[in-house]
Amino acid sequence: MPEDWIAILESPLPTSRALDFVTDPRAGGINIFLGTTREETSTGGKQLLALDYEAYPEMALSQMKALAQRAREHWPILKLALLHRIGRVDLAEPSVVIAVSTPHRKESFEACRFLIDELKKDIAIWKKEVWSDGSGTWVHPHSS
Amino acid sequence: MRVHVKLFAILRDRAGTGELSLHLHDGETVGGAVSALAQQHTSMADFLPRVAYAVNREYVNASTILHDGDELALIPPVSGGLDA
Repeated sequence: MPEDWIAILESPLPTSRALDFVTDPRAGGINIFLGTTREETSTGGKQLLALDYEAYPEMALSQMKALAQRAREHWPILKLALLHRIGRVDLAEPSVVIAVSTPHRKESFEACRFLIDELKKDIAIWKKEVWSDGSGTWVHPHSS
Repeated sequence: MRVHVKLFAILRDRAGTGELSLHLHDGETVGGAVSALAQQHTSMADFLPRVAYAVNREYVNASTILHDGDELALIPPVSGGLDA
């Protein structure tokens, strides 16, 4: 039976619990990926303080569940955790945690890479850059 | 009929609210609803051509017919969800 932990959380992501969740005696490999807030300096010299994430949670959750199902169709995933934080995420803190266990390491690398690449494409979650002068910039690429 | 509109990210900031109620003629399409929004909320108008649409949490296109009580979400281009 598939065992997935898929959630959108307003609190700091429980990274070690995600690792515990996917730990399994049938697994020969576990991959865990954290997407973290990176420091930036704007062209005008402002410093990035944090990222603010906003979700359409009902839609984003169903998209994340569908994404997990697609990964399960490609790789023999034992357990999977897919967590996204919303609200303010300070520098160096994770906004995304993905953990995957599979029987062999190659599969866990591939599945984890697939999950993060696809998560970035069209999940209904947006981010706003919060700058040192108090301004905020929504990040909306030109290709949707 | 009445449609519930959900706004996110830049559209929510521009409109000053995350939810709107829109009165429309029966049989109106998503595209018609978005045109009505652009006229009523001019602060959003220039960004609306860039949004995708979801009705009752499923992506649809502009020609989709709306029904009373539908939830119409305007989905700005997503930023990738993380910076990595």
